[in-house]
Amino acid sequence: MLIGHQPKPFLLAVEALTVSFDGFKAVNNLSFYVEENEIRVIIGPNGAGKTTVLDLICGKTKATSGSIQFRGKELTKLKENQIVQTGVGRKFQTPSVFEDLTVFENLEISYPRGRTVFGSLTFQRDDAVKQRIEEVAEMIFLKDRLDTYADQLSHGQKQWLEIGMLLIQDPELLMLDEPVAGMSVSERAKTAELLNRIIKDRSVLVIEHDMKFVEDIAHKVTVLHQGQILSEGTMEKVKNDPKVIEVYLGH
Amino acid sequence: MIINSRFFNRSELIGFVTLALLLFLILPLSLDAFRLNLVAKYLTYAFVAIGLVLCWGYGGILSLGQGMFFGLGGYCMAMFLKLEASSVENTKIQSTPGIPDFMDWNQITALPFFWKPFHSFPLTLLAIVLVPTLFAFIIGTAMFKRRVGGVYFAIITQAIAAILTILIVGQQGYTGGINGITDLRTLNGWDIRTDHAKFILYFVEVVLLFGCIVTAQFIRLTKLGRILVAMREQEDRVRFSGYSVANFKIFAFCAAAIFSAIGGALFTLEVGFMSPSFVGIVPSIEMVIYTAVGGRMSIFGAVYGSLLVNFAKTTLSESFPQLWLFGLGALFIAVVLAFPNGLSGIWADHVQSRIDRLISSIKRKSGGWTSNSVADGAPAE
Repeated sequence: MLIGHQPKPFLLAVEALTVSFDGFKAVNNLSFYVEENEIRVIIGPNGAGKTTVLDLICGKTKATSGSIQFRGKELTKLKENQIVQTGVGRKFQTPSVFEDLTVFENLEISYPRGRTVFGSLTFQRDDAVKQRIEEVAEMIFLKDRLDTYADQLSHGQKQWLEIGMLLIQDPELLMLDEPVAGMSVSERAKTAELLNRIIKDRSVLVIEHDMKFVEDIAHKVTVLHQGQILSEGTMEKVKNDPKVIEVYLGH
Repeated sequence: MIINSRFFNRSELIGFVTLALLLFLILPLSLDAFRLNLVAKYLTYAFVAIGLVLCWGYGGILSLGQGMFFGLGGYCMAMFLKLEASSVENTKIQSTPGIPDFMDWNQITALPFFWKPFHSFPLTLLAIVLVPTLFAFIIGTAMFKRRVGGVYFAIITQAIAAILTILIVGQQGYTGGINGITDLRTLNGWDIRTDHAKFILYFVEVVLLFGCIVTAQFIRLTKLGRILVAMREQEDRVRFSGYSVANFKIFAFCAAAIFSAIGGALFTLEVGFMSPSFVGIVPSIEMVIYTAVGGRMSIFGAVYGSLLVNFAKTTLSESFPQLWLFGLGALFIAVVLAFPNGLSGIWADHVQSRIDRLISSIKRKSGGWTSNSVADGAPAE
């Protein structure tokens, strides 16, 4: 299985990926490819292995077998922070921001400079950093909350902050796990607008249950079921696939 | 957008000046030589407590084995002083003159190789810093790279502290055993036992303490300080922001070890001996209590915590030797349950807020007058 045989260089190539937890195969011989600037949404019923796939790509879970190639680099052999440094960013399902730090400090920590111990000791909060933070804060609707401690933010604002923290890393592949879960209707609309703006010039891998949201943003949809691909293609194609209707959309 | 870029904010500056006045002026002027030496002894623990503020308060890494770094620093200093005290003419009644007395009692006839560098004062100073750092680095690497953390890490540090104590006690010929290294006399020919020497050593210690306070404050204010806080809350988010969490933990643990070791070396100078009773589990836990009582997020609180708990210990253990340990345990439980931010938390919540209100009400009443009052906070530079 050589990457060189692919007609076009993919940004992300997942091949024969398997992970088993005590014999249970959460992801089973999974292969899929993400192109540059593609927005891919992964859907599927609970327990289909969606979050596990993201965990495997970002290194949180180690694969039992198979390969994950990002720009030709094998990710399964790298540590989490090295994977981030190659350009993969990950947002978690529950908002994970640093509540004892301000919005500014949260974003500053994610700024991709001074990531070593001594680099962070000598890190200077210069104009480039401040400017970039203000830019991102504006995008995530938190420009006037920069000095607010993150524990004072609403659930939706925390989600935005975490998206902003990814944005400031400027990853080539952005992975979002249920970005609109638990949001109000107006927050959802704002988030869709935000995502549509930030997905330019990068590939995005999204897990989402909200079908309207999926239709709005997806270029291609992958339906997972019991750790395997059930169907893949455009939203239109997937929606009309009888297998998908049976296990997932029919409910 | 106002981000405070000053080294100390107003209340920290007041805290710094107050502590400086207390340690440089008030205590030396008001206490006799004996009491001042007691304060000096208490302050050696403040070094450990400041290290714990960084490592535990900020980084969330609870070490129950800081005594081993305190002890390593103390033993390094004691080995130098002991060699100086064991000159050939001082020890000519021994069967092997020129080696420490306890070696002679244990039928050792030549100085062991690891004692030899301690003939040199510069090498000793280097060892006081490097030996504990290396030790902390090895423990930190072994634990944090394998993602051992929380309670497990605390228990392992405790176990290592116990092992080190047993090793020191067991290797009597090399370490002085349970008695430790005693009968220390001079430092480069300067008698450290006189009241005058103790007075000078006190000031050396306070200067070093302020050096540590400034260093800790510097670390706290860099991005590394904020990463420590971030790591305490959301380790995974830090990892997925591109940082090697283990390396930051190792740094915090090593920094705490260096502070402890400096405290230990000063302890040897102030008190005149070093023994395994400052290395093991009980002293290590006491050191955590000093930090908890002072407030584990407060550098100044760590100093006050060390002073107050030790003062209480001296006073109470003289009157009620059996009850003291129970008292200490109760104190720890009470602080954790009722005042999780310790004395500094009580100060910030109850006293500081009242002072702030008072200042602002004075300001309102008498407009321009306060602009040159002390409380208005001079710039930190």
